[in-house]
Amino acid sequence: MAARIDVRKTYKLYVGGAFPRSESGYSYPVEDAKGTFVANAALASRKDARDAVVAARKAFGGWSGRTAYNRAQVLYRVAEVLEDRRPQFVVAVQQSEGLSASRAGAVVDAAVDRLVWYAGWADKLTQVVGGANPVAGPFFNLSTPEPTGVVAVLAPQESSLLGLVSVLAPVVVTGNSAVVVSSFRRPLPAVNLAEVLATSDVPGGVVNLLTGDAATIGPWLAAHMDVNAIDLGGVRGLEPAEAGDALATDLEVAAADNLKRVRRAPAAEPDFTATPGLDTMTDFVEIKTVWHPMGV
Amino acid sequence: MSVFEYAPAPESRAVVDVKPSYGLFIGGEFVDGHGTPFKTVNPATEEVLSEVAEADAADVEAAVKAARRAHDRTWSRMPGAERAKYLYRIARIIQERSRELAVLESLDNGKPIREARDVDVPIVAAHFFYYAGWADKLEWSGYGTTPIGVAGQVIPWNFPLLMLAWKVAPALACGNTVVLKPAETTPLTALLFAEICQQADLPAGVVNIVTGAGATGQALVAHPDVDKVAFTGSTEVGKAIARTVAGTSKKVTLELGGKAANIVFDDAPLDEAVEGIVDGIFFNQGHVCCAGSRLLVQESVAEEVLARLKRRMATLRVGDPLDKNTDVGAINSAEQLARIRELSAIGEQEGAGRWSAPCELPDRGFWFPPTLFTGVSQAHRIAREEIFGPVLSVLTFRTPSEAVEKANNTPYGLSAGVWTEKGSRILHVASQLKAGVVWANTFNKFDPTSPFGGYKESGQGREGGRHGLAAYLKGGDL
Repeated sequence: MAARIDVRKTYKLYVGGAFPRSESGYSYPVEDAKGTFVANAALASRKDARDAVVAARKAFGGWSGRTAYNRAQVLYRVAEVLEDRRPQFVVAVQQSEGLSASRAGAVVDAAVDRLVWYAGWADKLTQVVGGANPVAGPFFNLSTPEPTGVVAVLAPQESSLLGLVSVLAPVVVTGNSAVVVSSFRRPLPAVNLAEVLATSDVPGGVVNLLTGDAATIGPWLAAHMDVNAIDLGGVRGLEPAEAGDALATDLEVAAADNLKRVRRAPAAEPDFTATPGLDTMTDFVEIKTVWHPMGV
Repeated sequence: MSVFEYAPAPESRAVVDVKPSYGLFIGGEFVDGHGTPFKTVNPATEEVLSEVAEADAADVEAAVKAARRAHDRTWSRMPGAERAKYLYRIARIIQERSRELAVLESLDNGKPIREARDVDVPIVAAHFFYYAGWADKLEWSGYGTTPIGVAGQVIPWNFPLLMLAWKVAPALACGNTVVLKPAETTPLTALLFAEICQQADLPAGVVNIVTGAGATGQALVAHPDVDKVAFTGSTEVGKAIARTVAGTSKKVTLELGGKAANIVFDDAPLDEAVEGIVDGIFFNQGHVCCAGSRLLVQESVAEEVLARLKRRMATLRVGDPLDKNTDVGAINSAEQLARIRELSAIGEQEGAGRWSAPCELPDRGFWFPPTLFTGVSQAHRIAREEIFGPVLSVLTFRTPSEAVEKANNTPYGLSAGVWTEKGSRILHVASQLKAGVVWANTFNKFDPTSPFGGYKESGQGREGGRHGLAAYLKGGDL
């Protein structure tokens, strides 16, 4: 009896809650860590990036207006769904990062735990970094962190799931919407994560995931006048390393056009198993201070 | 309406001794500069006050070296409690010499002595007092205790000494040393501050002051041994600085321009609102980055608000900044006056209705009457560009959501005002505004404990309060 013909999946982008192909029609081959062809992924274009920014902007008002408690619940739900699909992600991480099943399993577990960790921050960050200010006069004066807006994220090139989750979660838990460019060579966990997001309670457009090359899409996002902040982390791991440095500088220069908040790339891709700092969130919030007189 | 006549009440300028020339303050000493000296004038009379050295690249190099040495050998190693005592000393000397500082600020800047005396200088002293107290408590700041190193600081001419305090006090409290460049039109209080550092026996090189114009500032922010850049000024220069530091490890904070909306709802206490509108745009001749330069008034009360506003504007006393009764002083420079005139002329050309308070302007010096424009649309340049002068653009709205949309329709996001008696409306509108500071039923209030800074193209980072420490500590990302 002939072996069953398997049903191969076409990998698409995730924009505005839908799964479009790249408008460019381009895709690129994704190989596993051993160089074996796995699938073709959509190669996001400038137009896809711009569509993603539009979707992110559209989603921003609603998402940032949710209560912190609700954002925590939604992010926790993402962790639940990810846990539920653990086997699928273990395979994706194995393929992408060439890890053993047990080490890939540890990566997936860490990614789930990271989502849970960030989910809990949703209704705590305001108290930790905001507060009342004792001004010298009869005024009520309160500072609170608010989301910066639409954040472009160049996700890490190496750590394709834990790294991705670690840079995405802090952006959205604080109420921003995100346009993420996945690892170029290791996009499979990102594609799978898009399906998790689509089946969780994350409103469409809050997270937009583009598979493709940070070096070609990054400049459009860095120069986009409706993007408020950019995380340049994904320039690390691009080859050669000097090209990554030059790209980081170019993107930071482009980001100055509308004074985007820039989270610079670290010297090397960080160890994402370490507990993150608050700066992962506070880099994408604005402190707003409200004054009101006191009196009768 | 009849108003009382005021007799002149001039503050004595004899309280301050302006030297005929000033050098640079590097390594604890006044030294000659190697650039071309320039004159600083009293904008109210065009009288030359003094000649000031221009720092060239070599002078900047010397200042950065002095700051580095002081940082590495002395200041960053000193226990916080000891740094605190120097800052407390400085705060006290500022209080003791407050009259002198206020008069000098008024002379060099053109601002009314009443504002220099009652706003600028007291907040300067308070700022040093506030951050002095942080110096030995940084472990509770949330940002660690490690200073960044040498800070290059460039400040504007609108609040010369106050902006110096906002920059220098937190930097020193955290153990950094500084090279500060005051604005070329207002260097004198910074140079007097240098004397105060000497008087306080502040270790040499902890504070260095280099005077000059754009080229000096550019040399400072681009200097490879400057670890931290702090700038207050125009958005245009702020963007240039962001490009200059791209690809480096320099940390940056920017306090830039604004085009703040001051929103008046129909249930606002109108007398207070009119005072707030006046404070918002005519305080400091409108040379305020957070000035309420766009009045958004609800249509149903627009006519009444305008009538009351014009009546109030007519009572503003414009003239001699050293007269204690003066409300509105001189425009800081001929260049700034030309810009205000140009944008105002454009406002008329674009069809807005111009009205200026009837007031006699002095013959000499740089003057512009308090002015408002009605019938302004969001597309008008006077509604979009920062005029940085005593010019108010008046727009109207019908619903709260329209007010918010118009208020946020700007690349800036520094401040905003909301006037209404309804608490829930204040809180809702404040939460919707993309602005770093929202004044509800008040305007233009400042305090060392209160973080200040903008969204979007109004800047990055906050100054003041605990948040203001972040810019000067290695663990500080907010």
